[in-house]
Amino acid sequence: MRTSYGEALVELGAINNDIVVVGADTTQSVKSAMFGSKYPNRLFNIGIAESNAISIAAGLALAGKIAFVSTYAAFIPGKCVDQIRNAIAYPNINVKIVVSHGGLSVGPDGASHQQIEDIAIMRAIPNMRVIVPADATAVKRLTHIVASTDGPFYMRLARPSSPIVYEDGKFEIGKANILRDGNDISIIACGLMVPEALEAAEILKNEGISARVIDLFSIKPIDKDTIIDAAKTNGIVTVEEHNIYGGLGSAVAEVTSEYKPVRIKRIGVDDRFGESGEADELLDKYGLKAKHIVNKAKDLMK
Amino acid sequence: MESLLRLNEIAKNTRRLILEAVAEAGSGHPGGSLSAVELLVALYFYKMRHDPKNPRWNDRDRFILSKGHAAPLLYSILAQAGYFPIEELKTLRKLGSMLQGHPDLRTPGIEYCGGSEGIGLSVAVGMALASKLDNKQWRVYALLGDGELQEGQVWEAAMAAVKYKLDNLTVIIDRNGIQQDGFTENIMPLEPLNAKWKSFNWNVIEIDGYNFNHIIRALDRAEETINRPTVIIAHTTKGKGVSFMEWAPEWHGKAPKKEVLPKIIKEELGY
Ligand SMILES: Cc1ncc(C[n+]2csc(CCOP(=O)(O)OP(=O)(O)O)c2C)c(N)n1
Ligand SMILES: [Mg+2]
Repeated sequence: MRTSYGEALVELGAINNDIVVVGADTTQSVKSAMFGSKYPNRLFNIGIAESNAISIAAGLALAGKIAFVSTYAAFIPGKCVDQIRNAIAYPNINVKIVVSHGGLSVGPDGASHQQIEDIAIMRAIPNMRVIVPADATAVKRLTHIVASTDGPFYMRLARPSSPIVYEDGKFEIGKANILRDGNDISIIACGLMVPEALEAAEILKNEGISARVIDLFSIKPIDKDTIIDAAKTNGIVTVEEHNIYGGLGSAVAEVTSEYKPVRIKRIGVDDRFGESGEADELLDKYGLKAKHIVNKAKDLMK
Repeated sequence: MESLLRLNEIAKNTRRLILEAVAEAGSGHPGGSLSAVELLVALYFYKMRHDPKNPRWNDRDRFILSKGHAAPLLYSILAQAGYFPIEELKTLRKLGSMLQGHPDLRTPGIEYCGGSEGIGLSVAVGMALASKLDNKQWRVYALLGDGELQEGQVWEAAMAAVKYKLDNLTVIIDRNGIQQDGFTENIMPLEPLNAKWKSFNWNVIEIDGYNFNHIIRALDRAEETINRPTVIIAHTTKGKGVSFMEWAPEWHGKAPKKEVLPKIIKEELGY
């Protein structure tokens, strides 16, 4: 995912001189350094100073630039919610926050580095749009879309490389992608949980349950129609690498409870901090694997 | 006090334990762990009043590892001091381990959950204020990375410590000149660092971070200083003790392979 982001930045740099990138001592890791090696005078590495970096991005944007700013999700938004709110979202400017290392799959670094509250925080800020791509192709496409769509964005990538979800595919902000059709149950996921959802649907099929799989990469703005449609199946399982409070599951429940009440099972981190361990071990321990989705889906069929 | 010879021995063993733990974990931060070994050895085996058998002893001195990614260093020190068995180090960063990738209060001897840089000095200021409020003698020590000083919050805390005349607070800066993306003076220059702290009205001491005489004298002088906090700028080498890791930014956050470990321990550490 990160390499795909770096490649997209390099492509964008070539077609638009106003693209600038701000980093915070993690440019090698989040691959914004790829942009820096092509366009050294358009990459600003501000050091370990996230609130400074994000505010400098705001200044660049106010002066007419399209400013991407990237580091680990733990620290943006972690360190700088006030700056994001008041210097970026409120003036509604062209700062594109793209973070990596979202969720538990950060792994051995442990809880301090496992960001599981960001979707809730960013979703609550007016003007901010929240995007969680599922694989490298999605990252590439969405980086381009985010660059060419006016206003602030928060896009969250994961640390591990993801299985391929999209050979090709259309992406539109505010539109979910239905990756697999099904009428018994719907699974709505984002990020690394999308491949888990697809695997779960395959297992469910073998057990005679037809599951629809929806990639809700655009958590805000949200695709109400697709969710309302999904609510016509027997129930919805939501899956995210995020606290169960305030993230994708909550966003889906907000829509269904208002427009088409349906039973929902939310899969996410159950309001606790993560811990050290390999990404896969953690996803298993915290109940975020295909088998856990299968179990919840079956519960809804009862 | 342990003899200088003994302190040197502990330092040597600490380097070995750090490398073994990080290699076993397959990830972690060797560079910034190796760079501050002598500083922590002097704190835990010379200066600080603490009791490994009673980690929550009320009158203990407190140590804050603000650069929390140097957890392998702190864990190796705590294990040798007797807070927990040395064998625990093999579980570093593994699922279910007491030794999390970054310090966590579940581990005996840990005072602060580090990991997000830039916060520790403020927390140390809060602790030092509490010690003063209660008329206690216990002191607070904090180790900060040099790259970490780029966080604005550090300077907010620096002002607060002076306002409240926190002479019970000693900060040590691991001035190894390297952060994650490269050299500090390229990424975001810190110099003149001594003058910065002086202008914030701190008592500033600069030392060679590997000379136990310097370290001990500086820690003693900090304790004798009244009415203001002391910062010790310790000149260090990131990756100290392993020639190919020294001054090499790429060893900031990368584990050596387990297979080459015996060779490193023999040839680099002289075991
Ligand atoms: C707030 C914050 N931003 C980014 C990181 C990621 N990170 C971990 S270590 C590091 C570099 C640390 O450099 P320095 O403080 O000089 O420590 P040392 O050289 O002693 O390892 C960075 C950027 C972090 N842990 N916290
Ligand atoms: Mg450093």
